[in-house]
Amino acid sequence: MKSLAELEAIRNKNKNQVGLRREGEGTRIVVGMATCGIAAGARPVLTAFTEEVGKRGLAHVTVNQTGCIGMCRYEPIVEVMAPGKEKVTYVHMTPEKAARVVAEHIVNGHVVTEYTIGANVEQ
Amino acid sequence: MTELSLHILDIANNSVKAKAKHIGIIISEDTASNLLTIEITDDGCGMDAAFLAHVTDPFTTTRTTRKVGMGLSLFQAAAELTGGNLSISSEVGVGTTVTAVFVRDSIDRQPIGDMAGTMALLIGSNPGIDFVYEHVLDDQSFRLDTLEIKEILGDVAIDSPDVVQWIREFVAEGDAELSNSNQVE
Repeated sequence: MKSLAELEAIRNKNKNQVGLRREGEGTRIVVGMATCGIAAGARPVLTAFTEEVGKRGLAHVTVNQTGCIGMCRYEPIVEVMAPGKEKVTYVHMTPEKAARVVAEHIVNGHVVTEYTIGANVEQ
Repeated sequence: MTELSLHILDIANNSVKAKAKHIGIIISEDTASNLLTIEITDDGCGMDAAFLAHVTDPFTTTRTTRKVGMGLSLFQAAAELTGGNLSISSEVGVGTTVTAVFVRDSIDRQPIGDMAGTMALLIGSNPGIDFVYEHVLDDQSFRLDTLEIKEILGDVAIDSPDVVQWIREFVAEGDAELSNSNQVE
C-alpha cells in the first residue's frame, strides 16, 4: 500500500536535485488537451511521454499540455519544439508512437516523419 | 469521451483556465439511492448569469480557435443518458461548481475509469493549484489533498516525476480498494 511515509522517502531522494530540472533552453513536448484531444485519447499519450522522458532521465526535456491546437480531426496532436529547430507536429498519436518519438526524435534527433502532419494530410 | 474520469479532466481544465487556486473533485456513490454524483468546485473567475444561461450549449465557448465548445455539453449528455442531470452554479469573482448526477446502475452510465491518470495529470501540470480529490462509496471514502502532500514535500516540487508517479499509484490503490470493499459485502 502506498503511504505518506513513502512520499517522505521520495522527498529525501529528490532534495538535492531541487532546481536542476527547470525550464530553460530545453526541448518542449506539448500535447493538445482540450475536449477534442482528451476525447481522442490524449491523456495516455501525455502519460507515455512523461514516463519515457522520466525513465530516460532527460532533464532538458519538459512535457506540457496546451489547449486546442485547432485541427481537432488530427487529435491527439503533439508538438515538439527544440531550440534552433523548426517545430514538428505529430498527429493521431498513441502511447506506442510516443515512445518511438522519444527514442528517435528527442534522443537521437531524427524526426519520425511518418507520424507528422505532413505525412498524414487528408485529401 | 468513454469514461467519467476523462470528463472530469476536461471540466477541471475549465477551472484551470478560470485561474482557480483551489479545485475540488468529489465522486460520491450511494448504492441505496442508486446515484453517482460528481462535483467539481473551483474558486476561479466564475461566469455571469448571461454566459451561465447558455454555457452547456455546444456553440458557447471561451476558446478562440473556433466557435464550438463541447466539454460541458458532452458531460451533460453523459449524465442525462442515464436519467440523471447536470447543474452549474457560478458567481463572478467567487467560483463555479459543476454537479453531474448519474443513475449509478444504468447500462448507459460510463465507468469512472482512470481517475489516477486524471489526478496525476492535473496535479503534475498545475503545481501551483491545490487539488482535493475525494471518492466516497457509501460509508467508505478515499481522499487526496495536495496541501498535505506539499507539506511533506517541503521544497521538493510536487510536479517532480517521482512525486507524480506516487500520486498516480496512490489514487489507483485508493480507488481500487474502495471498489473491492464494495464487492465483498
